[in-house]
Amino acid sequence: MIDALIPTVGVVTDIRIDTPDVKTFRVVTPDGKKAFDHMPGQCAMLSIPGVGEAMFSITSSPTNTEYMEFSIKKCGCLTDWLHRMDVGQQILIRGPYGNGFPVETTFKGKDMLFIAGGIGLAPLRSVINYCRHYRENYGKIDIVYGARSSADLVDYNEIITEWVGDTDTNVHLTIDRPEDSWDGHVGFVPNFVKELGFTTDKIVILCGPPIMIKFTLAGLKEMGYVDTQVFTTMEMKMKCGIGKCGRCNIGSKYVCKDGPVFSFDQLSELPDEY
Amino acid sequence: MSVFKKIAIADLDKLFAKTSEKMSIYVPTDNKDGDAVYTEWKDGVKLSDAVNTLRSAKDFFFPQTENLAGFKLVGKTIEMYRTAEEKEDFVLFGVRACDVKSFAILDSVFLADPVDTFYAARREHGIVVALACNDANDTCFCKTFGIDPAEPGADVSAWKNADEMFFKANTDKGAAWLASVSDVLEDAENGEGVVADVKQSINEMMSTLPLSGLTTESFDGKNLLEAFNSPEWKDLSSTCLGCGTCTFYCPTCQCYDIREFDTGNGVKRFRCWDSCMYSDFTKMAAENPRHTQLERFRQRFMHKLVYYPMNNNGVYGCVGCGRCLAKCPISMNIVKVMKTVGKEKA
Amino acid sequence: MQEMINIMKNRAIELMNDGTVARVIGWSRGEFVYDMIPTVFNSVEDVEKSFAYSDFCGSNLSKYLIEQGSKEGKTLVFLKPCDTYSFNQLLTEHRIDREKVYVVGIECQGKLNYELLKKAGVKRLVSADVEGDTVTVTDAKGTYTLPAVDVLAERCVNCKSRKHVVYDELIGQSGEVLDSHRFDMVAELEALSPTERFEFWQEQLSKCIRCNACRKVCPACTCEKCVFDNDASGIATKANSDSFEEKMYHIIRAFHVVGRCTDCGECSRVCPENIPLHLLNRKFIKDINELYGEYQAGEEAGSRNPLVSYTTDDCEPDVVYERGGNE
Repeated sequence: MIDALIPTVGVVTDIRIDTPDVKTFRVVTPDGKKAFDHMPGQCAMLSIPGVGEAMFSITSSPTNTEYMEFSIKKCGCLTDWLHRMDVGQQILIRGPYGNGFPVETTFKGKDMLFIAGGIGLAPLRSVINYCRHYRENYGKIDIVYGARSSADLVDYNEIITEWVGDTDTNVHLTIDRPEDSWDGHVGFVPNFVKELGFTTDKIVILCGPPIMIKFTLAGLKEMGYVDTQVFTTMEMKMKCGIGKCGRCNIGSKYVCKDGPVFSFDQLSELPDEY
Repeated sequence: MSVFKKIAIADLDKLFAKTSEKMSIYVPTDNKDGDAVYTEWKDGVKLSDAVNTLRSAKDFFFPQTENLAGFKLVGKTIEMYRTAEEKEDFVLFGVRACDVKSFAILDSVFLADPVDTFYAARREHGIVVALACNDANDTCFCKTFGIDPAEPGADVSAWKNADEMFFKANTDKGAAWLASVSDVLEDAENGEGVVADVKQSINEMMSTLPLSGLTTESFDGKNLLEAFNSPEWKDLSSTCLGCGTCTFYCPTCQCYDIREFDTGNGVKRFRCWDSCMYSDFTKMAAENPRHTQLERFRQRFMHKLVYYPMNNNGVYGCVGCGRCLAKCPISMNIVKVMKTVGKEKA
Repeated sequence: MQEMINIMKNRAIELMNDGTVARVIGWSRGEFVYDMIPTVFNSVEDVEKSFAYSDFCGSNLSKYLIEQGSKEGKTLVFLKPCDTYSFNQLLTEHRIDREKVYVVGIECQGKLNYELLKKAGVKRLVSADVEGDTVTVTDAKGTYTLPAVDVLAERCVNCKSRKHVVYDELIGQSGEVLDSHRFDMVAELEALSPTERFEFWQEQLSKCIRCNACRKVCPACTCEKCVFDNDASGIATKANSDSFEEKMYHIIRAFHVVGRCTDCGECSRVCPENIPLHLLNRKFIKDINELYGEYQAGEEAGSRNPLVSYTTDDCEPDVVYERGGNE
């Protein structure tokens, strides 16, 4: 019998410093395999005995069959611990949890517009790389990504070396304030999206701080987007990950099981309690 | 041969003793305060006459705390120990119809995919003997949720009159238990008639209860946002203490926390009951989506009356046992909420 | 009783209408006659519609002033004599601003415990009123009287004081500090052997379901973050996961309110398992009285309890040996 609450042991085989407060951890099982399969947008529970357990989105693409990656921002007890550990550390992992993005249904054949702010790129990286892997299944790809400063752009190396220049793919980076060494766009994401002025036939995946989501969504609507086209991932406190412990619900929907991916028309039917 | 078996009330000890030869049997019995509590039967334990037990029967399948696993973190490695699942059969005797129904509600959560194997193991090994209610409290309102205290269901249903208790098996598990104690039971040729009489008097008694007119009409799940946005929540919740009494005594409340305890020789990961009434229930490192008692209070009642029915074909998450009515330190409860939030929509 | 209710209600309305207070904390009727819900009334209409009072109004409303008193304008609160001690103690601890509260002291002859009425055979209660030593009950059986000592809350049978130690105005009479028997049960427990006493508390505390009602209702438990909710404390617990934790929880809580507990008895009133939690607090009060001289928390706002005010007359730690402790 498999009990969904019991984790398995994983090993951290690589730690990459992305930004001053974000690191990306590569995790495999002790015998070097991927712990489990997942879909883009799904999550996993990571824990350290005696420290804590929390839900993180799996940032690597399902098409990566060797390992999983997690980009984690330092913001509490467990994440502080994770940021302090070294390669070779064993951790506990269980999952996958959640619905993931409808990459094989709703998204198929569509032009994709990814909009992320800060650590909000983490859950999008999985789906972006999935779309890039199955490139023929999706239309044009636009990626709008902003952060406080150039140093806060997560996965900058991968963005520059792999995403930029990819077939039919446009990457639009922005930072909040000017920097001497930055010759790219400067300004907040919501305004940048409006300036870029996309056609309204795309699927949008929007992820970032609540304030960015609020203003970007308003901007998209001005441009003519409707709620059904725009998707996001939600974050709530979770303990079980399987829709049973009772705390991550927004109305009748459990973020860990029915989410974390929701379209804005789904969210509009739920109470404003998130 | 009648489908009914019977035993004289005076001889119930023989039934309990016979059962206890093979497995544990838990029976509601009065404690020193005069409250009925489930107790493992041993010589001298008497079945309580109380309408219901102080705590609900959920503890037997969903205990307040249970170990999930053990870990040892040594340097960079983690050793893990699994906790064994329950494998012993037991009988839970004298469960009332409301609490029997609560098991179905807990099942819909814990046995839904992915199955909670800890819970499933206990359900599998528990034999529930339900007892019809000859009497009720003022606070009882099971009928509101379509529960019939005269037909309590479970593995075995039992009815009693002044002198005798009658049994009927509803499941294979129940039939096997009845067969295992057949030495101390008699065939009840008169069972059909006596049980029909008992049921009739139960129905008459039920219709006189103070809450017998309470209905769920205003909570059909179609008006989620209307109920959620009701201005009444503010006043209803304004003096809520934020304690966990209603949730812990509720037979259907099943929210839990997963916590760890450092034993000094490793870490035990355990699950324990939690309460949506507690301020830390949804608190994250940075924010809390239910930041005042209003949101927490509303969550509990919306869950029972709107969210749970929406996810479970209209079945309500309350069984009308009345424990929260009896126990809330400020006398606020689901009946008051139904009448207040429901009224304005009517 | 009806006269008392009318006076309370009218005063609440007058004081709201003349602008003295912005809100009223009182009670409204719940589902049954014995269900009295502590209620915050924000308008005259609300008071008119649902203000209620009866001998089932046992709850101590003083703690609500921490939240309500932080709002705009003055808050009217109805306090029974024992509640006024809690109010003073909250003032002492700077949890309430005296200027923002209008205290109406209400006469009290003791409050009823519905569970005791039920155990006395009361069914379908219609009304119950305390009149001196008797309680007049009307229920399915008719109208009859019961001895008050059988159905009053324990804290009322052993009432420490009928005196309102603080008020802006009174409804009814304020009485005297009483020569109560509230320490008798503590003395009985002290007379037990350590083993017997341990067994008594083990049996009682093993009933604890860790609902936290005692902590939440306690006017002395006003920490913004309780040590039991603080993971960094090392004793954060949520459930009675083992007997060690149960005992630690109640004893740590009792220690934490020592010298500040007024013996209002709310902990025992709300305990759903009927654990006599007040006995832990009374033991401390009795010890303080014996070791440092008589002290009643909340009797006087601003008073310093003996545990936070050193004098050269204070007993030495070795007093524990004189009291039977092991060397």
